[in-house]
Amino acid sequence: MVDDPTGKPVVQTFALTKCVSTGDDQLTILEDINLKVNSGDSVAVVGASGSGKSTLLGLLAGLDVPTTGKVQLGGEDIFLLDEDARAALRGRILGFVFQSFQLLPALTALENVMLPLELMGAQDAQTAARELLQRVGLGMRLTHYPRQLSGGEQQRIAIARAFVTQPQLLLADEPTGNLDSATGAQIIELMFELNRELGTTLILVTHDEALSARCASRIRLAAGRVVD
Amino acid sequence: MNLVRLSLRMLRRDWRAGELRVLGFALVIAVGGMTTVGFFADRVQAALSRQGNQLLGADLIIHSDHPLAPGFREEALRRGLAVSTAARFPSMAVKDENSQLTEIKAVTEGYPLRGDLRVSGEFGQVQGLRPDRVAGAIPPSGSAWVDEKLMAQMALRQGDSIELGATRFTVDALITEEPDHSIGFINLRPRVLINAADLPATGLIQQGSRVGYRLLVAGEDGAVENFRAWAQPRLALGERIEGIRDARPEIKSALERAEKFLSLAALASVVLAAAAAALAVRRFTQRHLDGCAVMRCLGASQAAILGLYLLHFSVLGLVASGTGCLLGFFSQEVLALWLAEMVETELPAPGIWPGVHGLLTGMVLLIGFALPPLINLRSVPALRVLRRDIGTSNSHSLAGYALGLAALTLLFVWKADDVRLGISVMGGFVAAVGVFGMLGLLLIRGLARMRSQTGGALRYGLASIRRRAAASVVQAVALGLGLMALLALTLIRDDLLQNWRSSLPPDAPDHFLVNIQQDQLEPLAAFFDQHGLERPPIFPMVRGRLTAINGNPIVTEDYADIQARRQIEREFNLSWAQEMQDDNQIVEGHWWNGSDAGRAVMSMEEGIARRVGVGLGDTLTYDIAGSSLSATITSLRKVNWDTFRVNFFVLTPPGVLEAYPATYITSFYMPPAHMDVANKLAKAFPNLLVIDVATIIAQVHKMIGQVTRAIEFVFLFTLMAGLAVLYAAIASTQDERIHEAAIFRTLGARRGQLARAWAAEFAVLGGLAGLFAAAGASALGYVISEYALNLPYTPNPWIGLIGVFAGMAGVMLAGLMGTRSVLSTPPLVVLRRL
Ligand SMILES: Nc1ncnc2c1ncn2[C@@H]1O[C@H](COP(=O)(O)OP(=O)(O)O)[C@@H](O)[C@H]1O
Ligand SMILES: [Mg+2]
Repeated sequence: MVDDPTGKPVVQTFALTKCVSTGDDQLTILEDINLKVNSGDSVAVVGASGSGKSTLLGLLAGLDVPTTGKVQLGGEDIFLLDEDARAALRGRILGFVFQSFQLLPALTALENVMLPLELMGAQDAQTAARELLQRVGLGMRLTHYPRQLSGGEQQRIAIARAFVTQPQLLLADEPTGNLDSATGAQIIELMFELNRELGTTLILVTHDEALSARCASRIRLAAGRVVD
Repeated sequence: MNLVRLSLRMLRRDWRAGELRVLGFALVIAVGGMTTVGFFADRVQAALSRQGNQLLGADLIIHSDHPLAPGFREEALRRGLAVSTAARFPSMAVKDENSQLTEIKAVTEGYPLRGDLRVSGEFGQVQGLRPDRVAGAIPPSGSAWVDEKLMAQMALRQGDSIELGATRFTVDALITEEPDHSIGFINLRPRVLINAADLPATGLIQQGSRVGYRLLVAGEDGAVENFRAWAQPRLALGERIEGIRDARPEIKSALERAEKFLSLAALASVVLAAAAAALAVRRFTQRHLDGCAVMRCLGASQAAILGLYLLHFSVLGLVASGTGCLLGFFSQEVLALWLAEMVETELPAPGIWPGVHGLLTGMVLLIGFALPPLINLRSVPALRVLRRDIGTSNSHSLAGYALGLAALTLLFVWKADDVRLGISVMGGFVAAVGVFGMLGLLLIRGLARMRSQTGGALRYGLASIRRRAAASVVQAVALGLGLMALLALTLIRDDLLQNWRSSLPPDAPDHFLVNIQQDQLEPLAAFFDQHGLERPPIFPMVRGRLTAINGNPIVTEDYADIQARRQIEREFNLSWAQEMQDDNQIVEGHWWNGSDAGRAVMSMEEGIARRVGVGLGDTLTYDIAGSSLSATITSLRKVNWDTFRVNFFVLTPPGVLEAYPATYITSFYMPPAHMDVANKLAKAFPNLLVIDVATIIAQVHKMIGQVTRAIEFVFLFTLMAGLAVLYAAIASTQDERIHEAAIFRTLGARRGQLARAWAAEFAVLGGLAGLFAAAGASALGYVISEYALNLPYTPNPWIGLIGVFAGMAGVMLAGLMGTRSVLSTPPLVVLRRL
């Protein structure tokens, strides 16, 4: 449950609001969002396109700054930190999966997965990355570059990359949006498996009813507000 | 759909989005640079040749040994040219008991037409420089202006009177500077200047007097040339035309150097601007792949897309080129102010051609380098909508760039006005880019192999370079070009200008002594010692007339070339030497060694050999004082004539010419403090001929100084174009970098980590580019030195090291500065764009 008072919150927002100015107008994308996600939870964020889901996810990860309000990640108020400290925090406790994969085209599959560990200065980056790639079924494609892989394969690498640091929290923005339904199902299976094995908290944005049904709770956004 | 409206709307959007700024900047710089250089070069060249003409006192002189037919003067006036006349002859000047042989010059209104006649009212001894002023007129009737020599010899004071022939003149000014006196065989005769109106009354000019008449002409270049063409065939016996280019080989060669140097600098900026434009367009098209893919999906034909962008670019091109022209016009106006002061003459008004030329340059650059990527844009597969990483085939690129290069070559040939120079500079450029490209690709492949053995920042840097191998090579070559401009601007320019300046040091010989006899060698050396002057090197000289080539008697009529005929009819000065002078350079064959002494062989200057039509292995026969000497050519030499040192067309080893009657010749530097030595020399050795070239040397020095400044200015544009290339090269991977940065930071990278990875990448690219730049700048230095300056080029031994380190540091710095904003954009904003 979102409001379970017994759990320890991984992420919590307080009166989160995001406005952007488009020319002369002020556009409010998110308004007064208060939510709390506890450790081990799985939350589906749903809502019509344009309702502010991606923006919310980005703010939770500290990828953008809110207009007002705050976000606590692992008990720390992330917008009191500077960009670099925020990035470091992200690297430590957060994984992110994008709808459009966002792999680095310059790096091989293995190097892409090793990247977050190397950025943290971890020692055994290669072993960990190999294991995880094996785990997502791409043990044979270690030295391939993203452009040599299909969309489903690229997304599996992205998932491996997100999980390789054993994050407390995984944020996924329409992870199956660019995939056919069979491949999408595989990806979802994979995410929930890893969620179970590693005890990772999941927050996913999705349009997929089946997927949202598998989550422990659901947040619905409409025009930048939480409606239920 | 109205194509024009859509196209203009897109242009406006792209401009606002800042996508066209680099391209626009490159074009403005290219066109602005070209027009400024165009105006500047024109004006400098005009100014410089006027400077040269100051030595003549005119743009053109017709000399004759009899009064010239009035037709010449009338024709010149009819053509709107300024004219004046001068008559020169030797005569005695008398003051009381004292009489001196002088050289009298009687001039008419307007003299001198170019340069200044300066006079002083201060007679007697003065400390330091004598205060003087521009005369602004010729001596009034009844006045005689005298030079310092006559003043000293006759102890003249202002207001004294002297007699010239039957007339008494008042000495009322002292000549301190006279434009046309400085050159030639001066028998140290003092000089007197009078008004031509007084000449008949003196009675000095009679049948048989040795008078040299001159018609001085000056005006617009074209008009002077036309007049020359008109006058040339109408010359009678004893009449000849002299222009600056015939008269003063030293000035001429300085002028030619300046022209070549300037046009090479201009060409360098065009190449750089082209590279910047090509990079900018490349980036532009890459950014528009998506838009095109979508348009293709929506049913736009390839032709429609091409048309759309062509229109878009043509409008951009016109606007940017127009702006460039304006920039060029204003900067040349600013320049003109500065230049006018520098050359102390009025500059001809700027013509319209440099503007037209600049506009065309902009369009040619744009079409030549924008078209190929645009053609690629046209054929973007619609499938890209589904998979963004599907790019375009590059099949059109190579063929397309060939088009751009061809356009550029045409531009070059036109600009350089010299097919060979244009094609060879272009060819060298293409070859260099090709070689660098290949080398770069190999190096990058090799480096990428090392990637697995490296860690951290360097690994990611190398990974990015490898992935973008082709783009990285393009980037390195472009950076190399930009850096080359910078290196050329700093190291090479200084080396070259230093080299040029030192080719004519301040103590270059400024007096020649001719006709020294064998028995005067000892006393002459003693004379130099006695006056505290260094003993100059003395060269033997034997005069001989060429009579046969390979045993066949010479028939001068066989030579169509007038100059060649004249050369052959004249006596040659032959000399001998064991060692070759260091201002000579063997171009064919070999210089002799000790064992060749006494062998009948010779070394000939290459230019004269070409003119006479002989080469290695030919045997030439000379008639020397009635006996004949045959010798075979075993080497051809290039001689640097403008060092003002004694040089000979024909040299033999020792032991060949010694038996023939010889006189000796030398050249030496006379410090200004020793000016009286010339007089003493003439007194002690009356048979010697002293030739004073100090004024020419001063003139050449002044010109070198001015040309140096001019070149420095022109190089500023090369520098700007170089910076544009650097900027475009760094910007060319900006989009990928922005994307990369967002991902890196999502994954938890701190800014420092990202900056280190990029720094590594930029350092590798910069190092490569620096290597290219050093090689390129050395080649450029070599070409300019050999081709434009005619000086041997010694490459700077540090340039490789400096290039690599400057490249690494510079590109790293520029790159990181260019990517700073990327680091502070929130990642979500970036990722949302994609
Ligand atoms: N930087 C921005 N400038 C203007 N509008 C924005 C910006 N970012 C997001 N929006 C707008 O905010 C709304 C929410 O966007 P988003 O969070 O991407 O929605 P969702 O992911 O739910 O589809 C959309 O209407 C979008 O157009
Ligand atoms: Mg979204």
